[in-house]
Amino acid sequence: MDSALPPLAAYAARLGDDSLILGQRLGEWCGHAPALEVDLSLSNVALDLIGQATHFLGLAGAIEGAGRDADKLAFHRDVMDFSNCLLVEQPNGDFAQTIARQFLFSNYQALLFEQMAQVKDERFAPIAAKALKEVKYHATLASDWVVRLGDGTDESKTRMVAGLNWMWRFADELFVMDDVDAAAIANGAGVDKAALRAAWDARIDAVLAEATLARPAARRPIVGGRVGRHSEHLGHVLSAMQFLQRAYPGANW
Amino acid sequence: MYTTDLSGKKAKPEAAITENPAKLAAFEARVAADEFIEPKDWMPEAYRKTLIRQISQHAHSEIVGMLPEGNWITRAPNLRRKAILLAKVQDEAGHGLYLYCAAETLGVSRDEMTEALLSGKAKYSTIFNYPTLTWADIGAIGWLVDGAAIMNQVPLQRTSYGPYARAMVRICKEESFHQRQGYEIMMHLAAGTDAQKRMAQDALDRWWWPSLMMFGPPDDKSPNTEQSMRWRIKRDTNDELRQKFVDITAPQAEAIGLSVPDPALKWNETRGAYDFGDVDWEEFYAVVRGEGPVAKERNQARVKAWENGAWVREAARVHAEKRANAKIAAE
Repeated sequence: MDSALPPLAAYAARLGDDSLILGQRLGEWCGHAPALEVDLSLSNVALDLIGQATHFLGLAGAIEGAGRDADKLAFHRDVMDFSNCLLVEQPNGDFAQTIARQFLFSNYQALLFEQMAQVKDERFAPIAAKALKEVKYHATLASDWVVRLGDGTDESKTRMVAGLNWMWRFADELFVMDDVDAAAIANGAGVDKAALRAAWDARIDAVLAEATLARPAARRPIVGGRVGRHSEHLGHVLSAMQFLQRAYPGANW
Repeated sequence: MYTTDLSGKKAKPEAAITENPAKLAAFEARVAADEFIEPKDWMPEAYRKTLIRQISQHAHSEIVGMLPEGNWITRAPNLRRKAILLAKVQDEAGHGLYLYCAAETLGVSRDEMTEALLSGKAKYSTIFNYPTLTWADIGAIGWLVDGAAIMNQVPLQRTSYGPYARAMVRICKEESFHQRQGYEIMMHLAAGTDAQKRMAQDALDRWWWPSLMMFGPPDDKSPNTEQSMRWRIKRDTNDELRQKFVDITAPQAEAIGLSVPDPALKWNETRGAYDFGDVDWEEFYAVVRGEGPVAKERNQARVKAWENGAWVREAARVHAEKRANAKIAAE
């Protein structure tokens, strides 16, 4: 977490970082997807996420009031100041792994934004309300693919199970609450994420059942993204993403 | 774009002659009267084949064209540029999709067209066999490559085959946005730091001549142009379009302080057009033969995407079949 950010700005930055890093990951697929229709849908999701990131990071900068805009936050922070969850920075892997990540995340994000669209804060609520429409589609898209791959061929099932196994250890982090969340709730901007867990479990279980897949066994959660303790992957994501801004400081693009 | 005939061979002239003369005459009269030919209408076999070749080549170009630009999505310099580039590459995928659908109305399947692309049998625009080395290349592609595409495609909105013409109407709207965003990138770079100016000039130096090649061989070396113009598949010759492109683009370069890498480029008052130097046609034909700088990389990327995606497409097919069977069983 960026220790320089006040709590409400940090809260907005977390939301922005989640969308940014996942959008960045999905952008890696562009031109390489299994079918043209999939290329279209993945880039569409990426585009939505980059839009959300722009809004939330812009808001984080505005709340901070130190002259940092969304680009400054996206392109000029290092790993330890990024506060996205570990799930979104996980590598794309094969298509099943990408879908597993999207499935777990978009279902969480849909529940989160449903609540956030109704918070009192007039900066957070409208962003969430707009994003909610997009995110519901992302969740449906990912859930449909989980069903197709889970209940498709033997190979697709094996791959879907492996993809879920890779991602599952990062799911708990989505629902972890800390002081930043508490401050955001106290200010009428935040959502009680822990309270979303039961609804999320129900959605995930329903899709897995339809996909003829077993729910992965519970395991020790891996957490830390919210406070800047990331996987090794994030540094590589940032080094590609931030390359131009770092190589040509002060240039206007 | 990407509508140049790259076959290099003259279509067999007997193809049209062996058709039913009455039907052929009626067809040609409709085309001459600027009527649209629709999928169920009678058409000469050579017309159908030319269209399949041209539309599928155009579709392949959209798909392969996603690669050089997709190369910069993860490295776009700010969030706005990243979003615009994502939207643009997404548009290209959409164009590919409409065009494959338009070609399918002529009796060829998307899988067949894809196989032809992957095996190297089908061609795509030579321009995409050049690499995108710096961010300025994304500007240059939008400005020059999409600019050239628009020159080619605007007349195709009135091409004689209805589904192709209608796909073109939609595509042209998006291409003009692509061209503008590319020029805007170049404007920013050209007005930027010395390093950015250098980047912009270098991109123009590398993309200028390949962009002129996009219009295809000179008219006297374009064997199928005459037939295609008579059937209104094509509405302007390669050289006419190339001239138009130079006339529009050269002042745009000047306006932002970039130099076109052609010492022979000069406004000709008498002709009311720019004179310009000779295109290196040897390079063009080498790229058509598959010897472009990154031709192997482009093909490998498409083959890999297709092969790595095989299990996904198979799973989707099997799943749909299971669902259909379950529905039948339930009824």
